[in-house]
Amino acid sequence: MKLDSKIPSGPIQEKWDKHRFEMKLINAANKRKYKIIVVGTGLAGSSAAASFSELGYNVEVFTYHDTPRRAHSIAAQGGINAAKNYRNDGDSIWRLFYDTVKGGDFRAREANVYRLAQVSNNIIDQCVAQGVPFAREYGGLLDNRSFGGAQVSRTFYARGQTGQQLLLGAYQALMKEVQNGNVKIHTRKEMMDIVVIDGVCRGIVTRDLITGKIESFVGDAVCLATGGYANIFFLSTNAIACNVTATFRAYKKGAGFANPCFTQIHPTCIPVSGDHQSKLTLMSESLRNDGRIWVPKKKDDRRPPNEIPEDERDYYLERKYPSFGNLSPRDISSRAAKEVCDEGRGVSATGYGVYLDFADAIKRLGRQKIEERYGNLFEMYERITGDDPYKTPMMIYPAAHYTMGGLWVDYNLMSTIPGLHVLGEANFSDHGANRLGASALMQGLADGYFIIPYTIGDYLAKAKLEKVTDKHPEFRKAEEDVRNKIHKLLSIKGKRTPTSFHKQFGKLMWEDVGMARSAESLKHALEEIPKIREEFWNNLNVPGEDASLNIALERACRVADFLEFAELLAWDALEREESCGAHFRVEYQYEDGEAKRNDEKFCHVAVWEYNGDGNKPIRHQEELTFENVPLQVRSYK
Amino acid sequence: MKFTLHIWRQKDTTSKGSFETYKMEDVSEHMSLLEMIDVLNEQLISEGKEPIAFDHDCREGICGACSMTINGRPHGNMKGTTTCQLHMRMFKDGDELWIEPFRARAFPVIKDLVVDRSALDRIIAAGGYVTVNTGAAQDANSIPVPKESADLAMDAAQCIGCGACVASCPNGAAMLFTAAKIMQLALLPQGQPERKKRAIAMIEQMDKEGFGACRNYYECEANCPKNISVRFISRMNIEFLSAATAKSM
Repeated sequence: MKLDSKIPSGPIQEKWDKHRFEMKLINAANKRKYKIIVVGTGLAGSSAAASFSELGYNVEVFTYHDTPRRAHSIAAQGGINAAKNYRNDGDSIWRLFYDTVKGGDFRAREANVYRLAQVSNNIIDQCVAQGVPFAREYGGLLDNRSFGGAQVSRTFYARGQTGQQLLLGAYQALMKEVQNGNVKIHTRKEMMDIVVIDGVCRGIVTRDLITGKIESFVGDAVCLATGGYANIFFLSTNAIACNVTATFRAYKKGAGFANPCFTQIHPTCIPVSGDHQSKLTLMSESLRNDGRIWVPKKKDDRRPPNEIPEDERDYYLERKYPSFGNLSPRDISSRAAKEVCDEGRGVSATGYGVYLDFADAIKRLGRQKIEERYGNLFEMYERITGDDPYKTPMMIYPAAHYTMGGLWVDYNLMSTIPGLHVLGEANFSDHGANRLGASALMQGLADGYFIIPYTIGDYLAKAKLEKVTDKHPEFRKAEEDVRNKIHKLLSIKGKRTPTSFHKQFGKLMWEDVGMARSAESLKHALEEIPKIREEFWNNLNVPGEDASLNIALERACRVADFLEFAELLAWDALEREESCGAHFRVEYQYEDGEAKRNDEKFCHVAVWEYNGDGNKPIRHQEELTFENVPLQVRSYK
Repeated sequence: MKFTLHIWRQKDTTSKGSFETYKMEDVSEHMSLLEMIDVLNEQLISEGKEPIAFDHDCREGICGACSMTINGRPHGNMKGTTTCQLHMRMFKDGDELWIEPFRARAFPVIKDLVVDRSALDRIIAAGGYVTVNTGAAQDANSIPVPKESADLAMDAAQCIGCGACVASCPNGAAMLFTAAKIMQLALLPQGQPERKKRAIAMIEQMDKEGFGACRNYYECEANCPKNISVRFISRMNIEFLSAATAKSM
């Protein structure tokens, strides 16, 4: 596998401009001769598809939802970063770039991150022009707030529904293009495989979730914008349907998978309440602006929070990280919470929770101000837990939330398979080993609005594509493989449900490959996963038939891929013998428990190449160089 | 807790559906309603029966996918709440629950509790946007928006497109859904150039899709999980009149 990152030469500030000039263009009248397939309609997919169509390309869009607007980008609450420096507080493109590289613990590509910071400002302009109702000040100009991992106020927000409003902006742009006739949207169709002909990605195979029909779609280029794989842990903040199938299928067809072990655990989620739990709910990180995090100083202190006096509370983030305090980055805050709970100082019925207390903020600012800022979040919390956070502190605990790893892409967002492009959370490129708050929305829209529309033109202009149809043997074969797999899943007729397997290995992954990993736990996972997979293929029960809406079958297909992917994740975590960002190996830490990076051996992207079922995949490396943000120990003290 | 569930089962769009009764025992008060149905589905699959199909995804009350009518009310009895955010502690032990799909002429049933709400997408496609191509935007702060307008626009923009307003309305009207988008954009300077055209196009599409007319029942507001106000409908009516008058001149 050849890994050419195609990073343009020259000073970092000039790379993107230079690259844009050097890219080949396609005459406006010729663009309509090309068809681009976009899978996924979240921020990255919708914004890309709309932008392609505006440029004149033919676009076909696929989503397993009933409408593009349901994609999980919609659930992002807090906000979106941009280097506008509207607050005059010292922000700049360079600072956003610097913060993101440092926040990612020096495992992201500098050139990509710089470009992300550069286009961040265009994103805000674009969204405002679309009518996204961002929060405003009385003078009518845009409001900002600060967010985890940053010391400047660069986050734009729309109440607690920023992701929703940005997605609706992109969705509306997409519907505008549907009306203009260049985009065809296929809803309730799930991508089952990609099709590679002579080494080039030429289309996809889908399953219609209502009729069960397996179909092929041919394109000149394919974009996967299919999100992350945090549901590998079963319990995560992701929506129920989020899955790894699209990116994993691409991996099995030859696309390199980068840094699968970089999975982010978000510090502020509502703790687990019981075995029935189907997902975890995130409480926006913005709450950490005004909430103070603490646990009792004594072990097993079961007194209600209001009865624990001030001097018997441990505000552990403020104590350990005085300069960032409650706003410390996600990986650090999550690990600190796990630590105090492991010491037996956790709260909630299970002992796996910490307090997020607004009493001081309410005293300082008044209840009304807090209501204005967080009203809907407080309401949501009360609805789920039955507790009123105005009166008693919230309880939170870390949960799997986002995956920095994903398909490897070059500077043009193209995977190792020519023609296959990967956008948003589905790719690996910008967040390194840890993503900062309010950066996911930024990256999704940067990829979709401002990067891929340029780079795909360059690809199409240079690629010499033969005309193919869905009658091509590779399409026939891919369809047949999908049919066989579905037939097999339906014919096992064992005793266990798809979800029971998902729960079982999800728990295994959380315990062995979750917030803290060791060689021992990872080897244990690598022994157990094949056993669960073996049982899955022999004892699964999927009732019903293929030719209709079959929710058990949908789940089974996704779980089958997760079960293979789980091993890849564990391999990656095992071979990365260092702690960095969200990847914490207990063997590699400083005396005070901070992550110990090993830049000599691991300052690279690990890229995995599929090597046949039953064989260990091959690990490749893309070396990372830091010329602009010098390698340093990340300190938030 | 114990519950008796009467759940609508329907094989496909053309088949006739009916209620089936399921007894649930040992239900935790911390479960959400959907988690209770997950548990029931696990039982059904274990018995080799087909699980109950229902739309759901984020389970945080924001994606708009979930769409059940519970004891006659879309999203159930709790104000400002989607189905996925209902927790069993909100019900009484021993309750009987009647669970059906969203009922509306424009939302055909696909299977069990799943309905087709694509008509709402077509209303948006008719004009629910600002025509601005990627890259054509000016600096964000060059368009000041009074805070009051921005806040009001945000009130309207919160719509999650679930269709509860349609399912609540005795006439199956989509006025609240349509008004929310028309008014969000009419309240903002960015929406002005297409303001009149948008109002007419979206309302025409709404009529074409087979949604009914508004008779001021206000059921839509009462059942809207985002508490969107019917005042937006009044304002939309004014928008439409003014646009239609301008067009005829």
